[in-house]
Amino acid sequence: MGMTISQKILAEHAGRDHVEAGELINCKLDVVLGNDITSPVAITEFNKIGGKGVFDQNKIVMVPDHFAPNKDIQSAEQCKVMREFAKEHGIVNYFEIGQMGIEHCLLPEKGLTLPGDLIIGADSHTCTYGALGAFATGVGSTDMAAAMATGEAWFRVPESIKFIYYGKLPDWVSGKDLILNTIGDIGVDGARYMSMEFTGEVIQNLSIDSRFTMANMAIEAGGKNGIIEADDITLEYVNQRAKRPYKLFKSDPDAKYVEIKEYDVSKMEPIVAFPHLPENTRRVSEASHVSIDQVVIGSCTNGRIEDLEIAANILKGKKVHPELRVIILPGTQQIYLDAMRRGYIESFIEAGAVVSTPTCGPCLGGHMGILAKGEKALSTTNRNFVGRMGHPESEVYLSSPAVAAASAIKGKITPPWEI
Amino acid sequence: MNLKGKVYKFGQDIDTDAIIPARRLTTSDPDELAKYCMEDADPSFAQKVKVGDIIVADKNFGCGSSREHAPIAIKAAGVSCVVAKSFARIFYRNSINIGLPILECPEGVDAINEGDEIEVDLVNGKVKNLRTGEEHQATPFPEFMQNIMAKGGLINYVKEQV
Ligand code: SF4
Repeated sequence: MGMTISQKILAEHAGRDHVEAGELINCKLDVVLGNDITSPVAITEFNKIGGKGVFDQNKIVMVPDHFAPNKDIQSAEQCKVMREFAKEHGIVNYFEIGQMGIEHCLLPEKGLTLPGDLIIGADSHTCTYGALGAFATGVGSTDMAAAMATGEAWFRVPESIKFIYYGKLPDWVSGKDLILNTIGDIGVDGARYMSMEFTGEVIQNLSIDSRFTMANMAIEAGGKNGIIEADDITLEYVNQRAKRPYKLFKSDPDAKYVEIKEYDVSKMEPIVAFPHLPENTRRVSEASHVSIDQVVIGSCTNGRIEDLEIAANILKGKKVHPELRVIILPGTQQIYLDAMRRGYIESFIEAGAVVSTPTCGPCLGGHMGILAKGEKALSTTNRNFVGRMGHPESEVYLSSPAVAAASAIKGKITPPWEI
Repeated sequence: MNLKGKVYKFGQDIDTDAIIPARRLTTSDPDELAKYCMEDADPSFAQKVKVGDIIVADKNFGCGSSREHAPIAIKAAGVSCVVAKSFARIFYRNSINIGLPILECPEGVDAINEGDEIEVDLVNGKVKNLRTGEEHQATPFPEFMQNIMAKGGLINYVKEQV
């Protein structure tokens, strides 16, 4: 029986020729990631192990991005714990303010996550790196602690669902819309414990940034990982950045899938997810009655250069609706710089939007744009749970950057073709 | 080990922001986190819950973020066990790793009401409703995970290896 790409990567890292879905295996890791919320807990647990130190100073990555630049004294203390640990243990890939970005934008950009890698991160959106043909999955702080000591983690080999996207992608429909539509179809636990493999002609033609967006939201369907086989588009991105060798894997033709889902994208529209679950999806044209108080463009889902380009092209020469705030968060310093050089930042500021330094900020209700009671935000982020962006009685709607930018001008949810 | 406690019942897809919202994550102190446990799902929960009480929930409990603060808050609030139809993957993993007992019991959940007294047998995977006398079979844990739990969590387990 053949294996899926996910199973092959796990087998390789377990030193096995073959693994079966359902098996519990121990694997060697290529990257172990933590941030300013999850690392302090991991560090406490790591110290309890009382070992000799970290397994490999090059393979641990620490990024202060959630409540950083420090939003208050407590956050400052948490970042300090991580900073001091990184220094003490000689962690090569600790990214200080000024170098950092939102972790899932930053790691691929720095060439730290490569095809065929096995990556765990104490952050649920670690699944983003699957866009490069890696097996990447989110874990908790204790797993991170154990992995920092041993370089290993246990896994249950997942079953896979194959998603095939075919047809011609209409204007204004992006990777964000494909993934929101998929989550709307299968539900927030539709891929629980499973691997989501994204395939088909539409994926083969999809930009790397859009692929990151899709893999990023595998967790919103309960998936263990999202994965796209590496191809020329992947290699073009990776080869400029990789500083170590990597290996390409493909699913066998006779690999077993628990389900195969096919989507004809030709008649699709941009999608909006209504509060309070990413599965509450509607076509944008069915959402245009919703007025909003704030638009957020950024995050590990949609804070990359292509996202900013789409938003800038819509906002250029226009004005943000007077009764609405627009907050734009480039994913990394490099993305910020690129956006500046290409004139996007100017378009945003002239339109009346604010541009923030890279941070998770409002995405998780941290800082830089918290919602008051009863307020509504349209956001390019990935979660719209109760209280996610502020007051428990505020609301978050999720969309692509195109819909978010168009809506910023009109003050209500708006299809981009109306601008 | 058998656990006996009063039930607090929750619905489906209870996410980690409902268990412990991000605005409370500027600390990792368990006792501090416990004060806000389940805040956005039931603001009075942290005041009401007593040591040994049990959370019973519908499907996909703990979906969303990887924050271990979620099972830590539940454990520190005194909850002895969480029984649900199913758990989100990272929450499941985190609970085992930190030693918060959890059980998947798809059959039992609907027959258990808020305020019921239940008894949970972790070793044999049984959930008994002391109000009705009904007993439900839960999904047993693989041996490997039982070993981690028996050692009191992943850290103790790893300690023996390094
Ligand atoms: S941008 Fe949002 S979803 Fe992404 S890592 Fe930060 S808080 Fe998490």
